[in-house]
Formats: sequence, C-alpha cells, structure tokens
Amino acid sequence: MSRLNAANLEIAREIMSRYPVVRSATIPLLHLSQEQNGYVTREAMQQIAELVESTAAEVYGTASFYEMFKFEPIGKYCVNICRSISCHLVGGDDLVEHAEHVLGIKPGGTTADGLFTLEAVECMAACTEGPTLQVNYRHRFRVTHQDFDQLIDDLRAGRLDAEIPPHGTLARERQHIPADKAAGNVSPDTPITPAWMEAAQ
Amino acid sequence: MTTYPWAAGYVAGDRPQIVTSRFHYEDSYTLERYLASGGYEGLKAALAKAAPAVHEDVKGATVLGRGGAGFPAGTKWGLTPAGKYPRYLVVNGDESEPGTYKDRLLMERDPHQLIEGCLIACYAAGLSQCFLYIRGEMALAHERVGRALNEAYAAGYVGKNILGTKFSVDIALHWGAGAYVVGEETALIESLEGKRGEPRLKPPYFPAAIGLYGQPTIVNNVETLSNLPWLLCNGVEAYTAIGTQTSPGTRMVAVSGHVKRPGVYEIINGTTTFRDLLYGDEFCQGIRNGNELKAFVPGGGSAPWFTPEQLDLPFEGRLVGAAGSMLGSGAIMVMDSTTDIPKAALSLTRFYAHESCGQCTPCREGGTWLERILSRICDGHGTSSDLDLLIEVGTSICPGDFPHASSTKLGLEATPFPYKMTTICFVGPSAYAPVHSALTLFREEFEAKIVKRTSIPVTVGH
Amino acid sequence: MTDTASTAEQPEAPAPDPNAVQVTINGVAHTARKGQLVIEAAAEAGEYIPRFCYHERMAPVGKCRMCLVEADSGRGPAVTVSCMVQVAPDMKINTESPTVKRMQEGVLELLLANHPLDCPVCDKGGECPLQDQAFSHGPGESRFVEEKRHYEKPIPISELVFLDRERCILCDRCTRFASEVAGDPLIHFTSRGNNTQVNTFPDEPFASYFSGNTVQICPVGALTAKPYRFKARPWDLDQTESTCTSCAVGCRTVVQSSRDEVLRYQGVDNDAVNWGWLCDKGRFGFEATNSESRLQGPAIRSGDGFTSVGWNDALDQAATLIKAAVAAGGASAVGVIGGARGTNEDAYAWARLAHDVIGTPNVYAHLADALRSEILEMPRATINEAASATTIVLLAPDLKEELPVLYLRLRDAAEKKRSRIIEFTARKSGLSKYAWKSIVSRPGDEVEAVRQALTEPEIAAQIAKGDVVVVAGKANLAALGTLQTDAILKVLEAAPGAKVLPAYRRGNIVGAVQLGMNPGPGGNSTAKILADAAAGTVKCLVLLGVDLVSDFPDAQTVERALSSGVSIIAVDTFLSPTAQRANVVLAAAAAGEKNGTVTNIEGRVQTVAQKINVAGTSRPDWMIATELAARLGKDLGFTSVDSVTEAIAASVPAYADITPTALKSARDGLLAVPTPSASLQPSGQQAEPANGYDYRLIVSRELYDLGINNQMSPSLAGLARGLRLHMHPSDLERVGVADGASVRITTERGAKVVTVHGDAGLARWTVWMPFNQPGGSVNDLISASGLVADARIETV
Repeated sequence: MSRLNAANLEIAREIMSRYPVVRSATIPLLHLSQEQNGYVTREAMQQIAELVESTAAEVYGTASFYEMFKFEPIGKYCVNICRSISCHLVGGDDLVEHAEHVLGIKPGGTTADGLFTLEAVECMAACTEGPTLQVNYRHRFRVTHQDFDQLIDDLRAGRLDAEIPPHGTLARERQHIPADKAAGNVSPDTPITPAWMEAAQ
Repeated sequence: MTTYPWAAGYVAGDRPQIVTSRFHYEDSYTLERYLASGGYEGLKAALAKAAPAVHEDVKGATVLGRGGAGFPAGTKWGLTPAGKYPRYLVVNGDESEPGTYKDRLLMERDPHQLIEGCLIACYAAGLSQCFLYIRGEMALAHERVGRALNEAYAAGYVGKNILGTKFSVDIALHWGAGAYVVGEETALIESLEGKRGEPRLKPPYFPAAIGLYGQPTIVNNVETLSNLPWLLCNGVEAYTAIGTQTSPGTRMVAVSGHVKRPGVYEIINGTTTFRDLLYGDEFCQGIRNGNELKAFVPGGGSAPWFTPEQLDLPFEGRLVGAAGSMLGSGAIMVMDSTTDIPKAALSLTRFYAHESCGQCTPCREGGTWLERILSRICDGHGTSSDLDLLIEVGTSICPGDFPHASSTKLGLEATPFPYKMTTICFVGPSAYAPVHSALTLFREEFEAKIVKRTSIPVTVGH
Repeated sequence: MTDTASTAEQPEAPAPDPNAVQVTINGVAHTARKGQLVIEAAAEAGEYIPRFCYHERMAPVGKCRMCLVEADSGRGPAVTVSCMVQVAPDMKINTESPTVKRMQEGVLELLLANHPLDCPVCDKGGECPLQDQAFSHGPGESRFVEEKRHYEKPIPISELVFLDRERCILCDRCTRFASEVAGDPLIHFTSRGNNTQVNTFPDEPFASYFSGNTVQICPVGALTAKPYRFKARPWDLDQTESTCTSCAVGCRTVVQSSRDEVLRYQGVDNDAVNWGWLCDKGRFGFEATNSESRLQGPAIRSGDGFTSVGWNDALDQAATLIKAAVAAGGASAVGVIGGARGTNEDAYAWARLAHDVIGTPNVYAHLADALRSEILEMPRATINEAASATTIVLLAPDLKEELPVLYLRLRDAAEKKRSRIIEFTARKSGLSKYAWKSIVSRPGDEVEAVRQALTEPEIAAQIAKGDVVVVAGKANLAALGTLQTDAILKVLEAAPGAKVLPAYRRGNIVGAVQLGMNPGPGGNSTAKILADAAAGTVKCLVLLGVDLVSDFPDAQTVERALSSGVSIIAVDTFLSPTAQRANVVLAAAAAGEKNGTVTNIEGRVQTVAQKINVAGTSRPDWMIATELAARLGKDLGFTSVDSVTEAIAASVPAYADITPTALKSARDGLLAVPTPSASLQPSGQQAEPANGYDYRLIVSRELYDLGINNQMSPSLAGLARGLRLHMHPSDLERVGVADGASVRITTERGAKVVTVHGDAGLARWTVWMPFNQPGGSVNDLISASGLVADARIETV
C-alpha cells in the first residue's frame, strides 16, 4: 500500500520521462508518494530509489533536506503560520500563539483527532498581506484571530473541501506532455546543436 | 491605484506595465485571455528573426536579472561556451527571500507570459530543454502553470516544431519541496538533479559553463523572463525608454511592514526613490498610524538596513550598493518607531539560521549561534559580553568590514556592498547582516534589554 | 609511480615549462604546476594549510572552510578556498595574514561549538586532526555557552562501524568516500542546516566492503571501528609498514600493535596499488592472527586426536612419511599443494624442497580456482596500466568480491572517464554498472560472445584504439577455465598489443606460482594429484595452508583422496577441517608474524613485516621447509629470510633485481614479471549444447565466506551471506516458484534444497550459487572437471 499504486506508478513514469537524467525525478516522485499517503513512506523511498537509480540513503538524504516532506503521518490539514519578518512586524507571532491556544497544540504538533498539524514556518511569499498562513499550501491573507477561528471551523465542517484537498496533494491539475507534441528530453550526452541554431549559423 | 481581489497584494497604478498588464483580468491565467491580450506575439516576433538577433535585443535592452544579483540576462546568456550543447534553461521560481514576492503573482496571474518568456530565451540562446522550477509551497502556481503548459502544448506553442518552425523545446514543470537556499542558482541545479539543495562552489561551478548535468545552463528568474514577451513585441527602444540607462524597464517591488498601504507595485526602474515608494500617494502612502520611520530593509531580508537618511536614494543597484546595501530581490520591509529592533533582528537571523543548508561550517554553526545569542538577549537573559560576541561570531562569517549605511548618529561613512565571506554562499552572511545593522544603528536597544531587561512591545495590526 | 627517476643532467638553459605557474606564497616565490590547487602548491612550498574536508584522493568540496587563505590575483587579497581554487600566474598567496588567522580561529571555534570534547574517552584522541588543529590554530577558549547538539551516542551503522554524530564535523569525507570512491552511497547527509547529520537509510546498514576506510579518513572520532574501539591509545601503538595478503592485490598497510597483539591495520597511500584504501576483509582480517584457536605448535596424530610434540619429533615424523611415500611409489608419489598463503620466501623454499629435494613434479599452488599459470607468461599489465587503459576488457570473476581494491581502481578509471570497460560475464558484477558494455552470456557461450562482440563496429573500433588491458580470471568454479581462456585468447587475437592483468585471488598466489609452486615436467594439476591420491598412486600430500575440504571445488574427489590412506602433512595456522585429517600438523607463522616479500597480481614484489611474536612455537614456512629438507638429506642453505630473498634473486630471472637492499629503497616495491611467451593456445573445444531442461550452473565466491581466516576473525565471521541460488526472474516463473521459496538443485554429483532468488543480472537458463557459504556447501555438487556444469532445478 505504501509503495506507489499502479495509477501513480504510471504518473511516475511519465514524470521520469521528462528528465534526461532520471534522478531529477526524485523530488517530484516524493511529492507523488506524499500525495498518495499523506506522508513519504519508507517503502516509497525504497521504491523511488529503484526508479531513479539511486540508493534509499540518497533518496532519504534528499527528502529530509526539504521541509515539505513528512516521514510520519500528520494532520489532514497542515496549518503553516508565517513568522518571518514581514508577518512578524504585523503580528505573526501573536497569530501563532492564538493558533496554539485554539488548536491546543504547539508548533509541530497534531491535534488528537488527526485533523490539524500546526507549524510555525518561514516566509511564504505573501509579505504585504501579513499575517499570512497556508493550509496545505493554500494561502490565507491578513488573518485576524477571528479569521483563524472561522477557518478552523470551516475546515472541521468540510466547507473548504472543494478548495483544500488533504495534505499531500499540491496541484490538482498536473502537467501532461502529449507524446505527439513532445520535443523530448535532451540528454547531456548528446552534443547536438539545436536545429534552429544551425539555421542561424 | 487599484487592487484586485484575485491578485491579493498587487496594487496597480498609473505607470507603465510591462509584466503586470493582465493582472486586472480575473481570468488572466487562461490561454484564451492571454491570446486576446497580445499573448504569444512576442514569440512570433522572435521566431521571425534569427536567434542571435533576438539575443542582441535582450542584450540591447539590458534586461537586468530580477532574482537578486541584478546581472544583465543578455550578458548571462552569452557566457555559455561557444558551440557547447546541449544547454539548458532553468527557471528560478523558488522565490522565498523574506519580504519578497512577485514571482508568485507572475506565475499565478500570468503563467503564459512566463512560458512565452522561457520560449524566447530558449530560442535566443539555443537552450534545448527548459525546467521550470517552482517553489514547493506555491500550490496555486503549480496548478496555474501546469494548466497553462497543458494549454500551450495543445495549441502548439510549446514542444515539437513550435508554430511550424524548426524550434522545438520541452518545458518541464518541476516542483520544489521547501528550502530557501535552493533559490541560489547552483543549489537550484543540485535540487533539480534530485539532490540536496546545497550550493555549489564557484569556481568551478559557474552554471553558464558547468550547470545542470554538467552542461551549460542558464538560470533566470521568473520576473526576468516575464519581461521578454513585452520586449519582443515592443522593441528595445520602447523598453529602454522606461527607467534609466543602467536600470531600464520596470521592477516589481513588494513593500511590507509598517506602511499604510503595503503591496506589490510595478515601479519604474532606476528613478523611483524609496521616499516615493514609502510615502508617495500612488504607493504606500506613508507610515501607519502616523508613526515615524525607524529603519527599512531595502532589498530582501539579507540586505543591510537603511534609515530615513537613505530615503532619497533611487531604486538603482549601483547607488544602493555604494550606500552599503543592495536592491536584491525587490523587497522593502518597513519598521516604524514602535519596532522592537532586537526582536526584528532575531526574526531575520532565525530565518537564515533555519534555512542554512548546513554544508559549510561558518553558516551551519555560526547562524544558529547568532540566533541563540539573540534569543537569549530578547528573553532577558543576555549578558554584557553578548553584544561583542555577536560581532565576533559575525566576523567569523564575514571577516573584514561589513557593509552598512552611513549614519550621522554614529558619524560613520557608508561601507559599500558586498562583503567578504568565509561561507560558500550568501546565506551565512545574511544571518549576520540584520545583526550587524541592528547593532550598529540601535545598539542602545540591545543594551536596554541586557541592563534593564525591558521589552519594547510590537504593536499588532495596522 | 615506479622507479622512473631520471638521472639525465639538466640542460643549461631549460626551455620554459609550459606547465609551470609562478606564484608567491607568503612572500616567497614558488613554481607551481598548471591546474594545481592552492592547498597542494602551498604544501609543496612547505606551507601546510590546515584542512578537514580536503582529501587528496577525493574531489574537493570546500565545505569545512578550514583551508581559507587570502590570494591576490591582481584585484587585492580575496578570501580563497585553497582546496578548490587552482593556482594562477602571479597569484600572491598568503596563508598567515591576520585575516587568515582570524578565519582559521573562527572556523575552529565554530567547529568546536557543538563538538562534545570527550577526547579522553575518544578512540581518535591523540591522532585527531581536530584536536591537533585546535591546538595549533585554535582560539584557545570557547565562548559557546549554549547546550550542544545531542544525538544518541554511537549508533552502529554497520556490523563493523559505529557513528557518533555528536563528534561529527560534517566534513563529507565518509559520505564522499562512500559514493565517490566505493560506489556504495549508503551513508548520506540527512536533514538540513544545524540539524544536518550523517546517517544511513533507517535500518539499512552501511553494508559496504570498504566501510573501514571511512573510519581511517574521519578527521574526528565520529566513526570508529568495532574491532578497535577502546582497544588502545594511539601513543601506545607501535607500527610497521607491510602488505596485506588477504587477496592478491597487494595493498600497502601499516600494522599497528600494542603489547604483542595486532590491533589495527591502516591503509597506506601509494600510487601504484591501493591509494590508501583497504577492503574490510583486509583491514579487519588481522583478528585471525590473534585468534585463540591458532595452532601453538606442531602435533602428530594419535588415534582420533592429536598429540602436541616438539618440532624435532614433528619434523622427523614428516620426513619419515615423505620418505615412505617416495620409497613406495617414487618421488612423484608425493604431492605438494598450496603455498599462496605464505611469502615468496616460503613458496620458494617449499618449491625447492619439492622439486630439488624430494624430486616430485606434482607441485601446484592452484586449487582449481584459477586460470592456468601460463597466463602469467602473457605481457603483464600493472594495476596502474589497467586503471588508465583506453579499454579494459573484463573476463574475470566479480572483482568487487574477489579483488576489492582492484575493483575500486577500475571503477575509478571508468567513473573518471579514463577508460571504457567491456565486460564479458555470465552474471552482472560489481563493475557492470560502470562498464561501457556489459555482455552477459551463458557459460559455454563465452567464446562466441567475444566473437560476436568483436564484429560490432563500435566495439571493434574501441579495441582498435589500442591500449587494451584484459583482466583475466576464472569466473566459474563449477567448470574448467578452458573456455574462459579461449575467450581471453580471442580478445588478444583482436588486440595484439594488449596486456593482461591476471585476476588471481589468493594472497601470494602469483609469487608462489612464479617461484616454483608449479608442476615440474610430467607433473599434474591439483585435481589430478588428488585423483591420484584417491587411486593410491600419490601416497603423501604436503598441504601448505590449504583447506581442501572447504576450498576445493570438488568435494567428492577431496574426500576420496583424504580417505584413501594417503599420509598428510598439513602446514597451517589453524586446525582446519583438512588439517584435522592430517598425520602431522606443522604450526606456521601467520601474517604479521613474519618478514619477507610477496608478489601481487601485477608482479609487484613488496615487503611484509613481522610486527608481533609468533603464536606459540609456530615457525615461518621457509624455516619449516629448510628443516624438513635437512631431514631429507639436503641443506637448502637458508639461514635467514634475507638469505632466501637473495637466493631467489640469484636463481629466478624475473626476480634478479629484487634483493633485500633494493627493496629497502623501493617505495612502491619492484616488479618481477617473467619474460612474456606465448605458451597458451586456444583449446578449440566447445561445450556440449545445453539440453532443454537443465540450467547452466555458475559458482563463484563472495568476499565473506567460510574461509578459515574469515571465520577466525570475529568481526567478519558473521558477514557471510549464506548459501542460496539465483536465477533469472523469468526462470523463476518458468519453474513456478516465488522469490524466497525453496527449490531442489540436482547435478551429476548430488542434490540439495536451497532458497531461490530472482536475479536479473543472469542470462536466462543460468543459475548461480555462492561458494563456501554457511548453510550448506556447493562443492559437493560440482566437480570443476567439465567445460560447463549443468543442473536441474525443481520445486520441492
């Protein structure tokens, strides 16, 4: 179960085909695994290592470098509150405290019902709209304490299901390169001058 | 001077719009809207010329890199070793510098403009494949760019024999996964190769010569590439008519913090001053609550701080550098008189300490040490030797003079940017920059915390 | 490199060297070389720049920042990473400016910030670069008052290596070694920033054959080796340089001991052979020398057991047995087998005893596990020549399993794109993934595989470039090496100038063969000697460090020989299963207990050194042979090990220059290679076509097995993977069994039930089994007497 299922394995192979060096697919495949299971499983890392021709240690070395990858189950909703300078200046720290109080957990914790994981994170590129948070990487801007309470209520009640998929799903629409349209990946080992450059010479 | 609910943070104005011209359309991200508003005309204009001529246009227009270093894109493209193929384009959409955002808006609001920019770059510089690296946390950008690419492929703008020509290139959308340092171009390449996002050492790894998979690679910022369709449609003259000779065109700038109207503005490059931006009616309209300006960070979290003395400097890289800071990524963070300076410095230093990749000693150990000393001071547990210790640890990261702005208060001359560093990349010095600025300009606030153990509260809200 | 020092006089006005780069280092002019790193140029100029991450044998990474200097290339002094930046003309390098000193102090203070400073209980204490550089370049005090990073104290990352992450300074040496040198990236940096640590994938150990090197190159005490932990302090160690004899590569080592016990082997960096690396079997195999099971003195059979006797009694008894055999069946009734375990001097003394004193031609060092010794008469390649050849053709066993450091050298050649590897094999090897072409064919088809490959234009063009080295060895213990030899000859026919590097495995096998442990006129191979013993025509066997019961790939013949009433004289360090069947056991000195020389696969003669006293009353073989010769009525004239070395130089042409004196000044040893002669001719034989229901059987060795030295080294004893059978995944389906299930294998010699695994590295209709593994033997299934071996595989 925690390896990539058949449908995702097919997606994985398409992703891999875009890169001339297959190890480049490591991070996209880790995302795929996280989308399937909500976190990156041990078995998935071993499978990804086989797919991208590296070792599990290398895959884990890469995966653990990046904050978005979780190696244990977390809440259905990962609530990330920004604490970097722009949000800090307009009350980001207070929002974190408020969230701790409302959810009854500290940053890094998950609520007992498995619904929410709270994280105090660094800048998420919405600096003029602080305090900012993301739920499963969907932004919320200029979040007041009331806004936060409402958001949590809405998430609990499932009112945001259409907008916010469970943790692990980033984009709901993926890139797909149709075979008949593809130019094809270009291997570093094929020193070929691009056709349009030849014409230019 | 309008905002749009679908482009939160963006403030339009009465100025030339090179990259934000479609932001006022709610459906600006669709191919339909793009084509209806002049989309892919720049690509057609490019394809009508020989590739070197397009490269000449970009050189002639002096399109400056918008990622932070401000290096001209056309020059960068010319650094690839002659005749060495394949070459790759890596699009840096890993925007994460504190205070900075514009690339996210450009990807969410006008993905086709970016795609078109990528295509023009690939055509002009002979780049055989493009990897569009988007920061992991930007789910909406993934969706919008992914959908736009699907549309563009279906319509024949991307892929094999684009618009019936010999020009063929694939654009692969690549997702990051949360690591600020990947915004450094060699770290971005490492990450794209499926590795830990650790910056490579320069020399020998200048990407233009040895980049992705060891091949010549151009790394360009999202905003930089988004300029190209307009440039190709309107020509070099029209482009350089905006801004100054050394800084032509426009720039997207995010002003955050204690101003009345924080927002992302497309401003005229080179001429707009910080005073215009912070106080101008068409921009931020002054400091909130009528407070005094205490200090501002002029170019992203790693930039040395400015005080009101530097307000009249224009948005021009060389002048700002000579004054002891940098324009960086186009982010201005404004601190008013109520700001608790040590806490603000801690917030910035903590960011860089947290985002250190960990491969080189001074950054890995020094950044965290600075953070811990600052935390101690902010928590009221600082000792009198801690302020010197901050400088000492900082000196282990940046030996020699550290850039700072002149301050009549201290009777100092500006030390120009950049600095010497013992680290592989700028992340380590960035952890020290706010400490140095804050300590140089506001030492008494630190001393107050040590001696009196009091705290100046941050006012919340606007 | 080898002795190529030029004695030519310098011309008066030398032409400017195009590779010379003039720099100044701390104000002193210095001529550096183009492309040289600043850190190396400074070292040549006598300025040692402190460093942690930089290692001469690995790509620089510039991570620790200890080696920062100031260099001025015309734009003022710039902070420069001396391990990454190359010298440039007129560069002014300053390694001792105030800024440099400040940077060094800064980096050291930062490195020590989170270092536990548990030096008193650290194995590295006393030989620790961090300790030493903190002393010489450090700030003298730490101002870091915060809580240090904490991790679980040492965690085992493999059976042999422990990792203490608190001590680790994240220099990337071990991780770089694992991926860049060993090709086993099983340890890696994990997490990020201040939480970065070295670790394995959870519960997947650092199971590399080369893991011990990471301990040696760790600049702090973060990595420690299980066999050495808390055994000694560096200042208590006494050391001497020697050569590893656990295989025939001949890696240079330092043997370190304390209180007459060998405690550690460390690799010595030499350009010719091992570049400082060792395999774990070589590094940790010294434990066998210290084993309590070592024979302490000679013994003679009494009933079912042995009685310890004095050397005089034992040697008298041995001489009596030999004389009796000669009396009963002539000189050729004595067979002398083995000799690869000892030194050149040992082998030479035994060869003289066998050939000159006894007069038997039935002498052989091989155990049906190697290609015929005529392969040594082909034009010989050195390891360096192989590892820089334009093309390396592999017709050999899996080098990673049998000659691990040669594997490292050839892997490096391929990875650095110096060489292209063309591999012909019946099963994918450790080098397959680095090979330009890896051609897998069934046993029996090897000659045809080579013939076909050579018709491919791409391969033919590659071979035609010249500079070809063929690594030649016996890849399958289940069959004769005849077809493999024919395949090798086929390659040589297409590449007339090619050189050959023999992939012989056992310690000093090349020395033994070159010095006379080879059949004389009318003499026989080991298999034939054993068959003759079984038939009663050979009446006495002298076994020199060979364990036929475990190690000979034909258990039935061995058993018939040993139970035929033949008298057996076993010269050994342990009472091996074979020695247990002997009439007389003579206790031999082991590695580390004797001086002498050994010859590696390329013919390089290097010294081995005595570091500790012998176990009990054991004696070096040469001395035993000399004494036995005396009892057989002949004085070999050997009075010291040097006298044997001199005798070799005087009588064996290839060794003419190799005197004790010459060896003293030869840093990388001296080459002893016989003049090439084309004595091997293709057999022209063809294997019977396989029938429709049998599988071709391959049997080969893995690094860790039931070999007596392996088993007597506690750290290595548990590492053998065990008996199993591999077949192609599609063949698994054909047989109708799942991976991990059991099958019955039936050969002409017998049947056995074993666990089966899918292995896509095999050709279809081929099965592979490892030799001499725990969980059941294979040598009772094979005879090594046919061109190929077939087996039937059935479900159970």
